[in-house]
Amino acid sequence: MSPTSAPSKTGKAPSRASRKRSPLARFLVRRVVTALLLALGITLVTFVLTNLVPGDPVSANLGQRALGDPAIVAQWRADHGLDKPLPQQYLLYLGGLVHGDLGESQQSHRPVSEDLADFVPATLELAGAAILVSLVLGVAFGVFAALRRDRLPDHVLRVLSLVGISVPTFWLALVAFYIFFYRLQVTPGSGRIDPGMTAPPHVTGLYTIDSALAGQWDVFSSAIGHLIAPALVLALYTIGLLTRFTRSAVLEVLGQDYVRAARAKGLPGRVILFRYVVRPALVPIITVAGLAFGSLLSGTVLVEAVFAWPGVGQYAYKSATTLDLPAVMGVGLVVGGVYLIINLVVDVLYGVIDPRVRVS
Amino acid sequence: MTLTISALKVSIGGSEILHGVDLEVRAGRVHGLAGESGSGKTMTGLAVLGLLPHGSRTAGRIELAGRDLLGLSTKELNVVRGAEIAMVFQDPATSLHPMLTVGRQLTEHMRHHLGLGAKEARARALELLAKVRIPGPEAAIDRYPHQFSGGMRQRIAIAIALACEPKVLIADEPTTALDVTVQAGVLRLLRGLCDDLGLAVLLVTHDLGVMSAVADEVSVMKDGLVVETGPRGQVLREPRHPYTRALLDALPGETVGTGTPGRETPGQDLTLGGEPR
Repeated sequence: MSPTSAPSKTGKAPSRASRKRSPLARFLVRRVVTALLLALGITLVTFVLTNLVPGDPVSANLGQRALGDPAIVAQWRADHGLDKPLPQQYLLYLGGLVHGDLGESQQSHRPVSEDLADFVPATLELAGAAILVSLVLGVAFGVFAALRRDRLPDHVLRVLSLVGISVPTFWLALVAFYIFFYRLQVTPGSGRIDPGMTAPPHVTGLYTIDSALAGQWDVFSSAIGHLIAPALVLALYTIGLLTRFTRSAVLEVLGQDYVRAARAKGLPGRVILFRYVVRPALVPIITVAGLAFGSLLSGTVLVEAVFAWPGVGQYAYKSATTLDLPAVMGVGLVVGGVYLIINLVVDVLYGVIDPRVRVS
Repeated sequence: MTLTISALKVSIGGSEILHGVDLEVRAGRVHGLAGESGSGKTMTGLAVLGLLPHGSRTAGRIELAGRDLLGLSTKELNVVRGAEIAMVFQDPATSLHPMLTVGRQLTEHMRHHLGLGAKEARARALELLAKVRIPGPEAAIDRYPHQFSGGMRQRIAIAIALACEPKVLIADEPTTALDVTVQAGVLRLLRGLCDDLGLAVLLVTHDLGVMSAVADEVSVMKDGLVVETGPRGQVLREPRHPYTRALLDALPGETVGTGTPGRETPGQDLTLGGEPR
C-alpha cells in the first residue's frame, strides 16, 4: 500500500464504522435487555414450580429425632428463611443468586454452584461437540443434496437423514456402545477419560481444552476418543434435521433471481455458492440449529446414562428422584440460561447475516 | 460489436421451445424483442449467456466477435458473462442480493473481471452510480437494496450490468415491474447509455409502448419463432405479419398501425403518453 493511500483510508474508517455500527449496537442492546428480563422470568418460574412441589424440605433434611423437637424445626426453618412469606423468600433467593449462592444440595451436602461447576462443563463439552459435528455435517450434506437434487446422492442422503431423525437416541446409544465398545472395541468405554488418568488442571472444565492448555496430549487424545461415540450418537438426530432443512433452504435460494443475476455477472462458482446461496440460506438454518441445540441438551440425559458421562443430565436425574430441590432449581436455571444464551446468539447472528434485521 | 443469433433452437425436457430464432443486435442500437408470454423472448436472452434451466439443449449459433457462445465451456462463458455481455432482469426487488451492500454488488465482478483493487473499484462504482443518476452516490454505495425504491434499484441493477464495460446488454423486461411513472426514466437512461457507450442493447419486452419509445429495430416473436423483424417505424406502422397486427390491435386505446384505414389516427405515436421525459 502506498504511503499516500494509508492516511486517507484510516481517516475514512471511523465515520464509516460509526455509521454502520450504531444500528447493530442498538440491536444488540435491545436483545440483551430482553434476555435479562427473560432470565428474571426463569428464576421466578423455577422458584414457583419448586415451591409447588408437595414435599417438605424440613422432613427431607432433618432426622427423625430432630423432627420431633418443634424448637429445632423452627430454628431450621428460620435458618433457611422458610418462616418468611413466599415473596420475601423469592427476594432472598434472588439476593443469593446475585452472589452465586444457589443453596446447598441435600444429597452431596455441597453448594449447588460447586456441583454444577463440576457437572455442567462435562455436558457442555458433549453437547458442544455434538452441535459442532451436526452443523458441519448437516449443512454440508444439505448443500450437497440440494446441488445434486433428485440424483443418487440426494436420495441416499434423504434416506440417511430420515434414519437419523427417526432412531431413538437412547436405543442408538445402547447399540453404539454394544457394537463399537463391547464387540469391536474401537471406541473407549464410559467416562470422560481413561480410568487410569487424572483430570487436567481445571481452567474451563472442558477436558479437551484444559488438557491442551496444560500440554497433556495423552489426556487430550483420551478425552477426544471418549467424546467421539457419545457426541456422534447425540448428533445423529440433529445431523438428519439440519440436512433436511439445509437442503430445502438451499433449493429455495437456488431459485432466486439474484443467483441467476450472479451467474450473469460471471462470478466464479464458489463465490456464487457461498456468497449468493449458502449465506441467504443460513437464516432458516441457524433458527433450526438453535432449536436443535435445545433438543441436544435434553437428549444428553439418556446418552450420559449409557456412556456414564458425569454430566448435568445425570445430576438432574438423581436430584429429581431424591427431591433435592435446590439442585433441581440450579439445573433448571442453568438449562434455562443456556437456552437464553443460544437464543441471544441466534438473534445476533440474524443481525450479522441479514442486514435487513439491523438496518431499518 | 454485433451479436448475431442464427437458427437458435432450444429444447427443455424433450420439448422444443425455440424453433430457429434469427436476430442481429448491432452496436449503438436498441433491438426490441416483442411477443406475448411464452413466446420465447426471455429464453432467447438467457440462451445468449448460457443461463437456461438445467437440462436444456441448444442448437444453432450465437456469435459474438467471431466466437460461437454456444460452444463455450462454463469457464470460458464466465469470462464473457458480465464482462462482454451483461444482463438486467425484470424485477430489481429480487435480482439484487438483499444481504450485500450496493457497493459490494457493484464491485465484486469488476474486481474479478478487471482485476481492480478495492479502492479503484469503489471509485469506479461511485462514477457508475452517478452515471445512472442515483442521488448521493457516496451514501448510496454503503446502503442495501431494500433501502431504495424500485426505480432506483433498477438503476443500480443497470449500473451493475455496466460495471465491466460490456459491449452487449440484454435487458429482460427492465420496466415491467416498475411503476409507470418511473418506467420512462429507466428507458431514457437505457437509450442514453446505448448512444453514449455504443452498447448493443437487446430489449426484451411484451410492452409495445416501451418498444416504440426506445427501440431502433423491432423483432416480434411467436411460439418460439421470430415472425417479423425490421426498423421500428416499419414494423409498428406497417406490420406485415398478421400476428404483429393482432398484437398492435390488442393495445388498449391504441389505434395506430392496424392497417385498417377506418381505425387509424394519423400522427399519433405509439408511446406511453409521449416520448419519455
